[in-house]
Amino acid sequence: MKKPDQLKYLIPSILLLAAFSVPLFVTSRYIYHLLIMSTIWGIAATAMNLIMGFTGQVNLAHGAFFGIGAYTTGLLMLKLGVNFWPALLAACVVAAIFGFLIGLPSLRTKGSYFAIGTLCFNVIVTVIIDRWDTLTEGQRGLMGIEGPAPIPLPFGYRITFDSMTATYYLNLILLLFTLFVVYRIVHSLAGRTFRAVRGNEDLSSSLGINPFRTKLISFVTSTFFAGLAGGLYASYIGFLSPEISDFHVTFEVLIYVMIGGIGTLAGPIIGAAILPFISESLHALAAYRMVAYGVLLVVFIIFIPSGMVGGFKLVRAKLRATKKG
Amino acid sequence: MLFKVTGLTKNFGGLVAVDDLSFHIEQGEIVSIIGPNGAGKSTVFNLITGFVRPTKGSVWFNGEEIVGDRPFGIAKKGITRTFQSTTVFIQDTVFDNLVVGHRLRTRSGIFGAVLRSAGARADERRCLAKAEEILDFIGLTPFRDRIAANIPQEAQKKLSLGVALATEPSLLLLDEPTGGVNLEEDDSLIRIIQRIRDSGITICLIEHKMKVVMGISNRVVVLNYGKKIAEGAPETVSRDERVIEAYLGPGYAAA
Repeated sequence: MKKPDQLKYLIPSILLLAAFSVPLFVTSRYIYHLLIMSTIWGIAATAMNLIMGFTGQVNLAHGAFFGIGAYTTGLLMLKLGVNFWPALLAACVVAAIFGFLIGLPSLRTKGSYFAIGTLCFNVIVTVIIDRWDTLTEGQRGLMGIEGPAPIPLPFGYRITFDSMTATYYLNLILLLFTLFVVYRIVHSLAGRTFRAVRGNEDLSSSLGINPFRTKLISFVTSTFFAGLAGGLYASYIGFLSPEISDFHVTFEVLIYVMIGGIGTLAGPIIGAAILPFISESLHALAAYRMVAYGVLLVVFIIFIPSGMVGGFKLVRAKLRATKKG
Repeated sequence: MLFKVTGLTKNFGGLVAVDDLSFHIEQGEIVSIIGPNGAGKSTVFNLITGFVRPTKGSVWFNGEEIVGDRPFGIAKKGITRTFQSTTVFIQDTVFDNLVVGHRLRTRSGIFGAVLRSAGARADERRCLAKAEEILDFIGLTPFRDRIAANIPQEAQKKLSLGVALATEPSLLLLDEPTGGVNLEEDDSLIRIIQRIRDSGITICLIEHKMKVVMGISNRVVVLNYGKKIAEGAPETVSRDERVIEAYLGPGYAAA
């Protein structure tokens, strides 16, 4: 019985060590860029997985909440001169408030109706950001959003975020924070409640669980972290245009979640860590890249619906079963 | 009186599924609702538990009118129902099914979960302890860590009873608890139901198998076309002409 447990901690420990030791062997700014983007998408994908994977509600407005977070941070910093840190927190809170307001009507619908409803909301948000020139600068976009302000330490020291290494660590730590929160939720009674609603709403109701309330809590938490990812993106890239909120972003994150492994903790992060690199290495294919992506997604949904992590677990369970038999 | 319905009526469009039904249940009883297919039995359960709103009539539980409450609220008040088609969380293990069954008796939310607060940990311990207790009670210990989808039909039936029991109901509504199970080989399901009653939980059950109904019910309510056509002790009801007619068609009653 000891072996599976060892494996359970061994793999995450190795991955964690690898993630923290990246600066030891990465020097290319380009690779750093890809890694930082992976941490940001990792946060967004982990957030999406909470409502989609663990609560079973296909939310297709994730890009909108990412965009709302990004624009909240960007506008607060540029127009009001707010410091990065409160602006980042505001991104989370504003995205969660929108999550609550959108969740109230949309979570009363089920299945494909919820998916379509949230997709419509996503389109509306992008149009508003695009057209509300006086606030968002529309198509011109928001330019010159600064990086994180230094954190002062005692004795005159301070942590600055000028280097790629520091930015990478900042994003990595916030990714781990997101993962920690979702891990704690998933492994709690609240998480069991989410999964019960995913499994069977009527049965959950008959057991005294309020499915609507449960979904709303999961949805608001999910949008909170989508906002975090958006805020980090705004400050890292420094430029925002309405496209950052549109449904392509939703589907990008969706692909990470699906191919990495929906309903698993590691899946979305693995998807967000690996796919951007594959996508970059396929650059020679130009426009056909998206076709390759599409084919990959279809293959996964048909043959390995539980994604890479789910597929790995299946194979391991089969191997163990044959060993025993 | 623990529970009563008065004048309960449900129209689906033109169809009267339940027609001016009144009956009551005393504390500690097993009351069976029987009737031919389509008599409206399951609809009665749906009306009582708030899944369907009655057109007319009222439902009283512990002296309180509960019509208008939503299903999860009614469950919290102490009425838990099972479903006709065996319903469990098929993707989860037997044990996890039972744990979430006790969720309604706990209060901790996601903040408690993230901080692993003392309250959240105490709630979790209570749910786990409850699940162990029920697992033993329904005799599914050998299936503890099996995925619910992969256990036999009869074990699933017991599990659905167990999940309902984990809510600590005072009234349990069982919709065909032995449906699809061969009782000739094993009557452990019936014994579980009797033990539930002995533990002080009141039971109302919908059943087709006369052996079950006659064996364990204190009283029987017979429905036909949504109307109550007879009520009383099992022996009395089984000799009632209207009941025999409803089941076998007119002409058999005399014979």
